[in-house]
Amino acid sequence: MSGLKAKHQRLILVAIALIAIIGAGLLAAWGLRNQANYFYLPDQLVAAPPSVGQPVRLGGMVADGSIETLADGITVSFIVTDQEDARVPVRFSGILPDLFVEGSGVVAEGSLNEQGVFIADNLLAKHDENYVPRELQEMSEHQAARMAEETTVGLE
Amino acid sequence: MIAELGHAALWLCAALAALQLFGGALAQRGAQAADVAALVRPAAMAQALLAGFAFCCLLWVFAITDLSVKLVATNSHSLKPMIFKLSGSWGNHEGSMLLWVAVMAMAGGLIALVEKRLPEKTMQATLAAQGFVALGFYAFLLLSSNPFERLPVPAAEGQGLNPLLQDIGLAFHPPTLYFGYVGLSVAFSFAVGALVTRQVTPDFARAMRPWVLAAWVFLTLGITAGSYWAYYELGWGGYWFWDPVENASLLPWLAATALLHSASVLAARDALRTWTIMLGVVAFSMSMLGTFLVRSGLLTSVHAFAVDPERGTFILILLALYIGGALLLFALRAGHVREGERFQLTSREGALVFNNVMLSVILGVVLLGTMYPLLTEAFDVRVSVGPPYFNPFGAVFAIPMFLVMMVGPMLRWRRDSARRIQRPVLIIAVLVFVAAVLALILGDMSILALLGFAMAAGLAVASFMPLRGRKLARVPIATWGMVLAHFGIAVSLFGMASESAFTTERLAAVEQGGSVDVGGWTVTLAGVDPVAGPNWTAMEARLVAQRGESDPIIMTPQSRNFWAPQMQTTESALATRLDGQLYAVLGNQADDGRWQVRLWWKPFVTFIWYGGLLIALGGVLAIIGRVLEDLKRRSVRARADERRADRREQGYA
Repeated sequence: MSGLKAKHQRLILVAIALIAIIGAGLLAAWGLRNQANYFYLPDQLVAAPPSVGQPVRLGGMVADGSIETLADGITVSFIVTDQEDARVPVRFSGILPDLFVEGSGVVAEGSLNEQGVFIADNLLAKHDENYVPRELQEMSEHQAARMAEETTVGLE
Repeated sequence: MIAELGHAALWLCAALAALQLFGGALAQRGAQAADVAALVRPAAMAQALLAGFAFCCLLWVFAITDLSVKLVATNSHSLKPMIFKLSGSWGNHEGSMLLWVAVMAMAGGLIALVEKRLPEKTMQATLAAQGFVALGFYAFLLLSSNPFERLPVPAAEGQGLNPLLQDIGLAFHPPTLYFGYVGLSVAFSFAVGALVTRQVTPDFARAMRPWVLAAWVFLTLGITAGSYWAYYELGWGGYWFWDPVENASLLPWLAATALLHSASVLAARDALRTWTIMLGVVAFSMSMLGTFLVRSGLLTSVHAFAVDPERGTFILILLALYIGGALLLFALRAGHVREGERFQLTSREGALVFNNVMLSVILGVVLLGTMYPLLTEAFDVRVSVGPPYFNPFGAVFAIPMFLVMMVGPMLRWRRDSARRIQRPVLIIAVLVFVAAVLALILGDMSILALLGFAMAAGLAVASFMPLRGRKLARVPIATWGMVLAHFGIAVSLFGMASESAFTTERLAAVEQGGSVDVGGWTVTLAGVDPVAGPNWTAMEARLVAQRGESDPIIMTPQSRNFWAPQMQTTESALATRLDGQLYAVLGNQADDGRWQVRLWWKPFVTFIWYGGLLIALGGVLAIIGRVLEDLKRRSVRARADERRADRREQGYA
């Protein structure tokens, strides 16, 4: 390579770097399409369920009276709902996040099993007034808007 | 009064930064602006003093809990311990921005004071760039987030600091990262200065290098500390979550790592000129992007303070201005940078170029993964990107990088033959292979863990290879720094691989007196009692942990309730042994009276952070070595000048 002109060496280096970067970009784009973890609301999950075992995130409200600790003392089952018809049974083994109560919002990370039960690996709940999972925050705004809509029906 | 003084100091700082910018810019026009140009250095020093003063004012109002200042009232509390009152001054949006700009002004003052080896014009352009960056931050502070804003009516009591942030480790975590970001902004200013005056020389690289190294050391420490904090404070047992905010600190680190290596090539060999400048721009862009991601409220996480679209927009504009401006300057001037020295592919430069490209590619992979959810959200698709993407796609490029990293330091500059280092390379290759086979036999583990063990083994030995055949006492300090930092990578990799391959976990509901086995330990629940702290109450478990016949130890994980503001946190308990850590978390009490306990035995997990510390220590040694070399060079030059002057006097007298 010492016989090559300086310009050429530079060009070859730039070409190699470009190929590496473009290759990496394509690979990363492909990876993102396959590995990204999609977010579902309960009605979406019921209407068009993801395939069994595919990691997704489910966000909704914990249905009133649905939290139940199973006999082993560590597995909790509850129902995530959108306050309408859609109800998704969820099971979680682990230490429940702080402020996880009935009627509060939750985002569950995990996947559906064959029985249609959502097996959560991780639960995100409201930590404090400053830290709310993004999806939850927008959901409550959405619900507030809907609530306003419902309560003003027929007033015009 | 103190708050008003601080506020006034900030306005003066902004004026001085403007003077620095225009003085430095005018200085490029020629001799007629010499008067203004002479003001640039003093302006930078005065700005450093005033910005430091403004930050001290903020510390003061927090120390005395002056509740008429809005920032104190919303973030502090009179009952808080003093150390957290002080750390509260930067544990919020406004204060952290003030710390940012104060550190930056002090860095600018320092280079104005000591940096003498670059041409004066280049220095003035550098300080002008520094003034430009600082000016944006002053505008941001003064126009949209004034830390000294008064309340019309003083508050009766402060609203407290997020209890998650009331932790000594965390008190020093953000400033550490900020020092890193600021160091990169100094490197960026040097790059702009060099581009403007077309003086991309080894001297420029030598002037820039200590700043890049310092930034890199701080980022390394910040990432290590942040990772350990997340590990023991969040109680999830993981050390890296690929959280966007974590990535925001990793991106500048990757860029800084590439930059410090290419700056070394430029300093030693006068090659890679344009590439080094480019990396300087990228490293700074990444640190700005990091600040933007964390501060704009675009991402929600424990780290993001308030969600405020106005501020987000402001930072976005700053970001576009800085990065856009830098890239434009780069595009206009890069063609004028003269070609540097040439080298062969099989040479130290060749290996460093390869690793630079790999680091940049990894940076691209992490950047894409971090930004992808934001991009798709624009199309109303919600996704999150996690370890299934980052781990394999990072590893694909990290592994070739580690392989070249084992060989690179043994190569000579400019040109070398592969045959010369045949033997050590063979030894390392056998070692990597044996480690991989051993790992395969030892346990059922993921491919990444297996590769991690193999790479760690190879790197651990390879990192010491550059010392072979040399008198240890005569090895330069900077070389020791490199050896140590590379060895630190091996140590960290070993910790990660071991954590991933050998961690055992038990989750159980335990009644009082009941016990659980995990990884050779027997853990018995002796009891659960209520305890109280200065601003919290908690349920505290007494766990008696015993391994084999050794003396039992008591672990006390807590589930804490804070009351200002109200929230619940889990405090994990750790028992550290040489060969690993036992990690315990207390959960809720079930209806039948049993307590949920989660236990992990993580062999050699602490090596992850020991490795981080070694890497940082290596960086510190490199700085010491380089600065000593510079001082020596300076005194040699001064003595030579003296002698020449003497001779001239004698000759002509």
